[in-house]
Amino acid sequence: MTELENNILEILSDDHRVTAEQISAMLDVDVKEVEATIKALEDRGVIVKYNTIINWEKTDREFVAALIEVKVVPQRDQGFDVIAERIYRFPEVQSVYLMSGDYDLAVTVEGKTMKDIAYFVAERLSPLESVLSTATHFILKKYKVEGIILDDHEQDHRLAVSP
Amino acid sequence: MNIKDMISPIIRDMPPSGIRRFFDLVDEIEGAVSLGVGEPDFITPWHIREASIYSLEEGYTHYTSNWGLPGLRREIARYLSHRFNVDYNPEDQIIVTVGASEAIDLALRAIVTTGDEVLVPEPSYVSYMPCVEMAGGRVVPIVTKADDEFRLTAQALRETITPRTKALILPYPNNPTGGVMLRSDLEAIADVLEDTDILVLSDEIYAELTYGDTTHVSIASLPGMAERTVVISGFSKAFAMTGWRVGYAAGHKDIIAAMVKIHQYTMLCAPIMSQIAATEALRAGYNDGYEDIKRMHREYDRRRRLMVKSFNDMGLECFEPRGAFYVFPSIQRTGMSSDEFCERLLQEQKVAVVPGNAFGASGEGFIRCSYAYSIDALTEALKRIKVFAEKYVR
Repeated sequence: MTELENNILEILSDDHRVTAEQISAMLDVDVKEVEATIKALEDRGVIVKYNTIINWEKTDREFVAALIEVKVVPQRDQGFDVIAERIYRFPEVQSVYLMSGDYDLAVTVEGKTMKDIAYFVAERLSPLESVLSTATHFILKKYKVEGIILDDHEQDHRLAVSP
Repeated sequence: MNIKDMISPIIRDMPPSGIRRFFDLVDEIEGAVSLGVGEPDFITPWHIREASIYSLEEGYTHYTSNWGLPGLRREIARYLSHRFNVDYNPEDQIIVTVGASEAIDLALRAIVTTGDEVLVPEPSYVSYMPCVEMAGGRVVPIVTKADDEFRLTAQALRETITPRTKALILPYPNNPTGGVMLRSDLEAIADVLEDTDILVLSDEIYAELTYGDTTHVSIASLPGMAERTVVISGFSKAFAMTGWRVGYAAGHKDIIAAMVKIHQYTMLCAPIMSQIAATEALRAGYNDGYEDIKRMHREYDRRRRLMVKSFNDMGLECFEPRGAFYVFPSIQRTGMSSDEFCERLLQEQKVAVVPGNAFGASGEGFIRCSYAYSIDALTEALKRIKVFAEKYVR
């Protein structure tokens, strides 16, 4: 990674609405070069997607989320990747991480009701032949997601003008 | 009894800060966007706040030594040596103060007596002149120019020295101009001072905020200069700790002892919870390579470039500042005075910036714009200033 790439990633990871023109001024680099660098980062899959972090608890959307600890049997020659993919392809799965420690995969799942989650675990996840066991923990409240505090009450308390 | 007549003439005749006057104007405008602040937009890093909260829970609610917590003084000594090559003994050459502002006041009161002249490069921070006057001295301003990137030149210094000159205040990196003094500039100043009995009060509160190839050089690190220099700094700008009010001065032990004498009768000590927070800031910084400072510095630097480019594109000529978090564009092409520009910008576009003349007469024709704001806020303010500039720049 070049210094320019790192700088661009840092700016966009904080706010992807910053324009190429602004980045060009901020980094003192030609706007064409900024655009080309962003394009290259997208093409290489370094920049995956530009999405928005939403505090769904402030909306009227009904949802339940759970963290499921999954123990699996890794498959010959393929390790955990195949079973991970079998799991992450389900649209209700929000994230899948391979873990060190007592279990193998940490899976977060979202549904409308607890029943949805129970159904997913019983009918989709557990029957997979590589899955040895599961432990489901319901998420009660999300405080911080992707490095962002969801309900941040810190404000700018500065005076409007100061020496 | 006329109470007004009871006010000391020095205070009565002292003009209120030009910034304060402008603050009152801004306060009346709803929806105003401000580029007027002189403090970081970052909130103090959590580990620093957490250390202070923990100290309160542990019962650290008492006075400290007049000099400041010994552990903090040792951290300051190590920090100054490590970052700026300046060596002072934490036992008797460092005092912890209530912000760098108190350190400026203490240093001036410790050395200035009636009739003494103190040289102050202008434009500069608003406190120097009143503090000199309250100490009974007289300020001799040295005008610095945009053409010199607002540096103090040896020639200008030489021309203002008189037999009554007691001290030179060296306010770099500079608020409001963003100007810095390079090593070669400081060497020339040191040459002029070498054969004199002039002390230097070096206000280095923005030392961590220099950009590009420029790194801050303290005049105290030049050969023979440590003894005559009082280095003044604090935690406000580098660690985003303005409200904690904690700063320090380092210098010759006799000057620091004199400052401690005033401090013990007036302040007693800086608040202990702030001193503990400051200790954490420096200790963690030493251990992690000053990650907090670096993170904030990177952001300031990007905003700085955005500001300089935007003002120059608007036709408000702006030299590239290499320090602090201000740009100081010239507004001459609008034909307005600083006050007029700022008042009309506020009325018409609801953007608050500070008139350059608030920092001394030589700031006339300039405005100070802080970039201690998020990119979102800066973008909005620059958009509004652009509309204003399109109307008035000729």
